[in-house]
Amino acid sequence: MSAIKDIDVKEGVDQETVDAVREVGGEYKYGWNTEIEMEYAPKGVNTDIVRLISDKNEEPEWMTEWRLAAFKRWEQMQEPDWAMVTYPKIDFQDQYYYARPKSMIEKPKSIEDVDPKLLATYDKLGIPLKEQMILAGVEGAEDAPTAPRKVAVDAVFDSVSVGTTFKDELKKVGVIFCSISEAIREYPELVKKYLGSVVPVSDNYYATLNSAVFSDGSFVYIPPGVRCPMELSTYFRINAENTGQFERTLIIADKGSYVSYLEGCTAPKRDVAQLHAAVVEIILEEDAEVKYSTVQNWFPGDEDGNGGIYNFVTKRADCRGDRSKVMWTQVETGSAVTWKYPSCILRGDDTQGEFYSIAIANNHQQADTGTKMVHLGKNTKSRIVSKGISAGVAQNTYRGLVSMHPKAKSSRNYTQCDSLLIGDKCGAHTVPYIEVKNNSSRVEHEATTSKVDDEQLFYCRQRGMDEEEAVALVVNGFCKDVLQALPMEFAMEAQQLVAISLEGSVG
Amino acid sequence: MALAQTKITATQERLNALRLSQSGWSASARADAHGRVIAMGLPVRRDEYWKYTRPDELTSPNVINAEVSAEDNTSIFGSLDCLSIVFEDGIFNAEKSDKLEDAEITLELLSEVNDLDIHWATGLYGVLETKGQAPVDRPLAALNTAFAREGLLMHVKGTVAKPISLIYLQNSDNDDVMLHHIIKMDKGASVTILESGPVGARCNIVMEAEIEDGASLNHVRAQGRNHERRATTHLFARLNKKSQLKSFTLTMNGALTRNEAFIEICGDDSVAHIAGASVGDGAFHHDDTVFIIHDALRGESRQVFKKVLRNGATGVFQGKILVKPDAQKTDGYQISQSLLLDDDSQFLAKPELEIYADDVVCSHGSTSGAIDEEAIFYLNSRGIPKVEATNLLTLAFLAEALSEVEDEDIAEVMERRLEDWLTRRL
Repeated sequence: MSAIKDIDVKEGVDQETVDAVREVGGEYKYGWNTEIEMEYAPKGVNTDIVRLISDKNEEPEWMTEWRLAAFKRWEQMQEPDWAMVTYPKIDFQDQYYYARPKSMIEKPKSIEDVDPKLLATYDKLGIPLKEQMILAGVEGAEDAPTAPRKVAVDAVFDSVSVGTTFKDELKKVGVIFCSISEAIREYPELVKKYLGSVVPVSDNYYATLNSAVFSDGSFVYIPPGVRCPMELSTYFRINAENTGQFERTLIIADKGSYVSYLEGCTAPKRDVAQLHAAVVEIILEEDAEVKYSTVQNWFPGDEDGNGGIYNFVTKRADCRGDRSKVMWTQVETGSAVTWKYPSCILRGDDTQGEFYSIAIANNHQQADTGTKMVHLGKNTKSRIVSKGISAGVAQNTYRGLVSMHPKAKSSRNYTQCDSLLIGDKCGAHTVPYIEVKNNSSRVEHEATTSKVDDEQLFYCRQRGMDEEEAVALVVNGFCKDVLQALPMEFAMEAQQLVAISLEGSVG
Repeated sequence: MALAQTKITATQERLNALRLSQSGWSASARADAHGRVIAMGLPVRRDEYWKYTRPDELTSPNVINAEVSAEDNTSIFGSLDCLSIVFEDGIFNAEKSDKLEDAEITLELLSEVNDLDIHWATGLYGVLETKGQAPVDRPLAALNTAFAREGLLMHVKGTVAKPISLIYLQNSDNDDVMLHHIIKMDKGASVTILESGPVGARCNIVMEAEIEDGASLNHVRAQGRNHERRATTHLFARLNKKSQLKSFTLTMNGALTRNEAFIEICGDDSVAHIAGASVGDGAFHHDDTVFIIHDALRGESRQVFKKVLRNGATGVFQGKILVKPDAQKTDGYQISQSLLLDDDSQFLAKPELEIYADDVVCSHGSTSGAIDEEAIFYLNSRGIPKVEATNLLTLAFLAEALSEVEDEDIAEVMERRLEDWLTRRL
């Protein structure tokens, strides 16, 4: 039963929206657990654990040292408290930092060797069998006939990547798509050059912790001029109890390349909150374009606020080359606590950054999310569209920075944030930071109100629509800005959210 | 969290240079405020609330010298028919002031009544300031409550016909002026309070206003145009039922100005408008920090701030609308805009919303940009020279904020002063 079932909704809020939010925030569909034998590192974090993780991944010495330096730094850092979220103090020593299925110790060679439970997990999560076979690391499965539309998947189960699909096909065009642990072994020069160059080791408390203990994640390299022939995707599953997931994603889009990258995540229902601290770094060289889409669906905790994932994520794209373009699209429906600000450093001239977000917080969820657009180059452009919806006793905060540096001449930003409250026990907040340091740039920040544009209504009425129809047409698509930016693969989720309008938004 | 040692040391250094008054009705409020300053510590750059403004020159025990020219040492409201009350270097000047007499208002000086044992202002002095310390610390206001020796205690009982004009003149180059004013508005009372003049090399002014049901306070302030001034002001107001507060500030120049307003709408159907126009040239840093709390039904609030900046000037706006859970039907509006006349100036803004009620409308907007070249071209093509065209467009830009001043005579004085500034500067 959903907490927003019997709630008084203020006049003007669309009933379909209420239903859709209820649907999204209702029964958590991915809350089941896979019973599987796991291998754990001892609880807690210290230099031994850092070394152990590095050792399990068979990393070279420089990587171990990199991690240890990060750990040393982390020990001196303070947990940030500026976000509008409250949660019991996290005991960082009461977590497992490394957990992998025992069947993954030796990489399976054939389908008989793959743990059926692992196969069933992906099956249940709705990943097609063909992919499933490859996911489970079966050699040769790539030659089986496939559906016309291909998505290469890297699946991360707790602390390890269990497999990456379409690797060979991608390799033919020069695209490297593999787990980060493999990349550290196979492509050390690339990793050495780019890892930590967008999110420095000491960037923030959670990113520093991640730098020390990240166990796996995905690595993507798109060579110059290559348009990645299929969408790439990483699926994160937290399964083990009391285990934190710390993954690292590194995407390098070389000159003139293009890639669309998808990310999905789920976790079982547990009474005790679990930690997830990821870092995503994207590097864009000249004329490169990256589309990064996330449907974040971690376990949000139960109706009374027990359990759920604490999601502390640092995502940042560095548009180093001129004319490069990055687009973040996120649909945030899960997690008990979200602390996430996918950002764009618009360093090259004529670069572009876009951020589209729908954050839906229900029951006891707390979301503090937004973006940073740092304009450094000339003629840089950014656009922020953020829709926050709160229901139950949830709190939803948009927090963002738009910064126009003195040298970012003739740059442009447009920001629009809307919030909708369903019921009178929840909260919606907006915390934008705007810093303009030159006068040829234009910055506009606005939050639309509940009023429907009279002129638009008049236009529709003139063409024979009745008032209700006209309002529906004008209001509809409040969220479409964001949904349209989602790739096909998220059609299901998009379908579910399409009924949401922000009519009746508070600010 | 324990205060950082640097903060403790800086606070102690400042406090050592001041002497706490132990006598009279305000003694316990002063002692409490002193305790608050020690507990909070004076602001430092690392504090989130001071992210865009360096507080050092406002908190240091030393005052930076600031000369004032004879021309600037006047009130811009001199031409209006007002009841004038003059403070010179922060000390009341009876000769230059009108008689403190009006049937509808009681006016007393803090310096004169401070040693009394009983006074009506006991229930107000430092009270709204104390409430204004949450959720964000305002230590400079507490410092003022503890140490201000002068100020006007105003008890408004009915409709006061003439504006009360507080004129702050400056003779000394290095005075550190602290003034603490109290305004108690009885039910249905109404008054216009004007503030003007250079004040001092450094000043710290606090105004606490308790506005009873149906009362209306109109506050218009013109901060002097002395270049080297360092100023911090706080306006604390509590609005009861169907009451109204309108506050407008015109700021020209000044090395460092931080104007804070903390407004609490506690009674239903009340209206609070806080607006400001500021123009800055060169080493000018101006900060408007506004916090409006809606804690009643059908409240209306507006924050309208316009800033014109050039030659490396910096404009800051930190605005917040906090709507408490039961403040349904709130109508909140917040706009902050800057016009950057050249490439060296900067605008830093944090327009925040925090909303806990579902049936409200809160909109906020913030923009920054250069003057519209097409509009300049249009005016040029109609024979208006570039400088004049720029002036016209700049005034038009400031008009939305200026229109918040209801009294036409007062608005006109301000507009003339702005025109004057523009023609001199451009």
